[in-house]
Amino acid sequence: MTTKKIINVINIKNLQKSYKIGNSLLHVLKGIDLDIKEGELVAIMGSSGSGKSTLLNILGMLDLADKGKYLLDDVLIEGLTETTAANYRNQFLGFVFQSFNLINYKNALENVALPLYYQGFGRKIRQAKALEYLEKVGLKDWATHLPSELSGGQKQRVAIARAMASQPKVLLADEPTGALDSKTSNEVMSLIQQINNEGKTILVVTHELDIAHMCKRIVTLKDGVIVEDQNVDQVIVGNHV
Amino acid sequence: MNSLKVIFDLDTWQEIFGSIAKNKTRTVITVIGVLWGIFIYITLSGAAKGLDNGFEREFEDMAMNSMFVWPKRTSVPYAGFKVGRYPRFTISNVKELKLQIPEIQYIAPRNARGVFGGSQPASVVYKEISRTYNIYGDFPEYTKIATKKIYKGGRFINEEDQRNNRKVCVIGERTQEELFEKDENPLGKYIRINNVYFQVIGVHKYLEGGGFETDGDIFIPFNTFRNLYNTGLEVDWFIIAAYADADVVAVEKNVKDVLKKIHKVAPEDDRAFGSFNLGEVFNRISGFANGMTFLSLVVGLATIFAGVIGIGNILLISVKERTKELGVRRALGATPGEVRTQILLESVFLTFIAGVVGIILGAAVLAIINLVTQDLSDFPYTNPTVPIPFVLGALFTMVILGTLIGLIPAQRAVSIKPIDALREQ
Repeated sequence: MTTKKIINVINIKNLQKSYKIGNSLLHVLKGIDLDIKEGELVAIMGSSGSGKSTLLNILGMLDLADKGKYLLDDVLIEGLTETTAANYRNQFLGFVFQSFNLINYKNALENVALPLYYQGFGRKIRQAKALEYLEKVGLKDWATHLPSELSGGQKQRVAIARAMASQPKVLLADEPTGALDSKTSNEVMSLIQQINNEGKTILVVTHELDIAHMCKRIVTLKDGVIVEDQNVDQVIVGNHV
Repeated sequence: MNSLKVIFDLDTWQEIFGSIAKNKTRTVITVIGVLWGIFIYITLSGAAKGLDNGFEREFEDMAMNSMFVWPKRTSVPYAGFKVGRYPRFTISNVKELKLQIPEIQYIAPRNARGVFGGSQPASVVYKEISRTYNIYGDFPEYTKIATKKIYKGGRFINEEDQRNNRKVCVIGERTQEELFEKDENPLGKYIRINNVYFQVIGVHKYLEGGGFETDGDIFIPFNTFRNLYNTGLEVDWFIIAAYADADVVAVEKNVKDVLKKIHKVAPEDDRAFGSFNLGEVFNRISGFANGMTFLSLVVGLATIFAGVIGIGNILLISVKERTKELGVRRALGATPGEVRTQILLESVFLTFIAGVVGIILGAAVLAIINLVTQDLSDFPYTNPTVPIPFVLGALFTMVILGTLIGLIPAQRAVSIKPIDALREQ
């Protein structure tokens, strides 16, 4: 527990990570220090191989750091068992992936309700909440459609609704617009801005500069270190939803 | 995690139904493997039981542990006698045998005419009709060994008939048909056997599978037969029943040994007496039926095992196919325990459903076989059943195997790291 006034939702110090490839060691993260406050909308930029995805995976507790300290909402994330990691993910984090990762045999509503299932909510509450979040992303009428019947933009909006449904502290978006054209990219970013304006802390990993500029802060990674960290004037995307 | 709570949680099952229903082909293929196994088991063991029952029915009119012994020609010279002598059994042998072999429950000495070796059958006359029939001289003990169904109102020969040399007879159903009018009651009527009047006291129902007996046989008291044919103390053959717990093969050997001693036949002369051991034949047949039951158990279990392995195999492939899905579930907060439980329950559920359907199909096939073979009296097949404990046991075994085999894909599913699962495109 810390006594800081302003709450850092994410607080990392000297985070290091290397991967073993054959006999050689690939040093991906070489000491990252980063604080993210509540309500921020941060873009993590960098070319491929800069370590941005690795950073996001560690933040998402999908991967463990070799060295360094990671506090998520003042909870030290260290040496977690798979089960506790799963519970923390469920409780603290919402994921949005580049390839949407919806479960193809579940309809939109069931997909959104899935994290609520793992949170232990009953079926009725799950459905009501899921429907509420689907409405938020403007897809209430598509609730019973399978992912295969949705467009890319719609799929990503369902994925965002799913990430939001468990009411996480932080939303982690890994190239959320990577598989979308620019028009639907703008739609999705507009939605992300809207959610951020409601107070949600959001991290967006991207390699596109215009997407990054739709965020409030840009952290640039290169070769495993942060080379630039600046607040920017946010480009507000018109509300298309 | 509280696994019992998970099993009874409706939501768990909704997840499992969802995943099973959405992968229909996989589900069907998986189910068929196990279904086939239990189907084979149920059908085979039911058929084996039916065969067993059928054999038992074939032998129901004869005591299971009975034997026939009759004299033949000696083949070894012994005690001053030459080869080729015909030893004759006598009525006094009965006492001797009973005395020396305590395992014997009943002995029925029999004489007959018309059955063996060119002896003349009895000529029977009633009113204008004259026919010939095989005739037997019997003790009342005979019915203790071989069941003789006597038609309503009649009876078999009893002690009184025997003691008083009564001229009474039990006739066959064919004899009745041939001698009497259709609506004429033969009981109490007199028929002439070899010019001696006999009163009919019963009509026996002909049962199949009783060796050389026919539906025209006439039974008269042993003593009456003796007077009729002047056979003295001679006995054509013995029918011997041992107690239920006796070893019929040993009894047969003892009987022959005793008879050899009495009739001065060389101990090593195996051709002096003939015998037919029904108990031994029955044991062999029931051994065959037991073998069938055992075989069906082995084949059934092996097939079930193969089917369950098939389930494990397909679930393993499906886990591989669902790597990404499982990764997403993990990222959304599914604990390894929840993932493991889901895969495991899928396995158990599939096995169970397959088992139940297989049992129902197997039972249906058995019912059909039973229906088709019901009227075939020469086909030894009756009432094919599988005991409920066996069915439940098979089902239980399957669920256990399903759980064990499900552990493999479940473990595989858990070992998938969410990050690797998500990275896979």
